[in-house]
Amino acid sequence: MTSNIVEIDNLSFGYNGRVLHKGINMAFPKGKVVAIMGGSGSGKTTLLRLIGGQVKPTKGEVRVNGQVVHEQSRDGIYQLRRSMGMLFQHGALFTDLSVFDNVAFPMRELTDLPESMIRDLVLLKLNAVGLRGAYKFMPTELSGGMARRVALARAVALDPSIIMYDEPFAGLDPISMGVICGLIRSLNDALGATSIIVSHDVKETFLIADYVYFVANGEVAAEGTPEDLMQSTLPFVHQFVHGEKDGPVPFHYAAPDYRAQLLG
Amino acid sequence: MINIIVNMVSRLLRGIGSRMIARVWRLGAGTRLFMLAIVYSGESFRRFHLTLREVYFTGVMSLLIIIVSAFFVGMVLALQGYNTLQKYGSSEAIGVLVALALVRELGPVVTALLFAGRAGTAITAEIGLMKTTEQLSAMEMMAVNPIARVVAPRFWAGVISMPILAALFSMVGVLGGYLVAVPLIGVDDGAFWSQMQANVDVRADIINGVIKSVVFGVACTMIALFEGFDAPPTAEGVSHATTRTVVISSLTVLGLDFVLTSFMLVV
Ligand SMILES: Nc1ncnc2c1ncn2[C@@H]1O[C@H](COP(=O)(O)OP(=O)(O)OP(=O)(O)O)[C@@H](O)[C@H]1O
Ligand SMILES: [Mg+2]
Repeated sequence: MTSNIVEIDNLSFGYNGRVLHKGINMAFPKGKVVAIMGGSGSGKTTLLRLIGGQVKPTKGEVRVNGQVVHEQSRDGIYQLRRSMGMLFQHGALFTDLSVFDNVAFPMRELTDLPESMIRDLVLLKLNAVGLRGAYKFMPTELSGGMARRVALARAVALDPSIIMYDEPFAGLDPISMGVICGLIRSLNDALGATSIIVSHDVKETFLIADYVYFVANGEVAAEGTPEDLMQSTLPFVHQFVHGEKDGPVPFHYAAPDYRAQLLG
Repeated sequence: MINIIVNMVSRLLRGIGSRMIARVWRLGAGTRLFMLAIVYSGESFRRFHLTLREVYFTGVMSLLIIIVSAFFVGMVLALQGYNTLQKYGSSEAIGVLVALALVRELGPVVTALLFAGRAGTAITAEIGLMKTTEQLSAMEMMAVNPIARVVAPRFWAGVISMPILAALFSMVGVLGGYLVAVPLIGVDDGAFWSQMQANVDVRADIINGVIKSVVFGVACTMIALFEGFDAPPTAEGVSHATTRTVVISSLTVLGLDFVLTSFMLVV
């Protein structure tokens, strides 16, 4: 158990009293790439926020390196976050800074590295995501996929030991997709880091993940290695892996009868 | 029947109450942000280039509008002042009138109003958008405190810019007044300046004007920052917040001006 960098223990959470998570248990062992999958709005992004200590659980706890996140002081949480990198779902690049300055931002804020070394490191990270040539651009001059790759470079700028990716594959072309896939895996293995991927792209996720959790209705509906899950006969997993509309996961958000609503 | 009336009255009271509570809550949250901005100010001075950058955006960008407005205000002051003063045969006092009006009142107040419209709205929209696009969240996740990195430098930039802008306003205003009074109307050049020099007091007039503009700087910048920080993370939320910045800043400046002036005249 001690090799788990991040542990989620019987965690419950909800926004404004609307329950989102009901007693979730997950473990993220050191050196592994673990994926969290689930439908849109199932609370995956929120789980990452809970790990980063941006929101507090209503019950249960998240432990990072053995420390309970929501019991930390502000300084304690900041200390924990220094070992984390996070790729935001929509990139969240600083729009008033250039691509170069965005990637340099965490280095300038959190380290005392000399500017010449920061320059080399930034170019190295940008090269890894294939955007060294775009270092002068402002975020508004980038496409959605490019912005996400810059955000990825920024997330790993300080070689974090926990890397969280929120939808790293959304909006990427097949070539970038393959490169990013390989990058996530190789970054993880090179840094000896622990990666947490939130995604609904089954194919890519299964390709690089060591272990996968499915969340549905606020609970862990299934878990296992990608091989296990491919074989799984659980109706839920089958539906998700094969992208079927009909199954235990409703495509529709809870709604009154369509016919009744149309007829007023 | 009675039931309905009681119901209506209680709903009315509840409405007023909840609105009051919301106002008081916002005042408290704003004050809290102000305190935090002060507490986390260290970085704004240790890495002064962060603050200087914001001085450029809030101060330098407001220069043009301030200078043009000041010029016209000064010219109008001279026209109106001369019109009245000459009835009493004291048109040489026009320089004093223009200078005092600018240094004591119009400089700080009009500068603050223009600042709220030009720089305040920009601050609110920028911070609101940073929140909407999760930039502030991203900063927090990087263990960088947005209050120290985003709020405090902008706050100090506003507090530094405002008195400088107000001083510029007064200077340019006096120049505008001079151009109308002396070359245009024909008031005596020497009388214009010497009367001004003799009757404008450093402590009572200039220092008090500077105090006013520093207070307005704190108020306007803090209101703009808070509205941005507090804006609902949507396009509509940010646009409403921007409007509120102008309305609340303007009212606050005019209200504060009355309070400060009465204190200054009594003491
Ligand atoms: N700040 C918030 N306040 C209130 N409700 C929120 C907030 N953020 C998210 N929610 C709600 O929580 C639910 C889960 O949101 P979350 O962003 O975690 O979903 P997700 O699994 O990441 O979805 P997606 O795959 O579409 O990104 C949604 O129904 C959303 O409406
Ligand atoms: Mg999400």
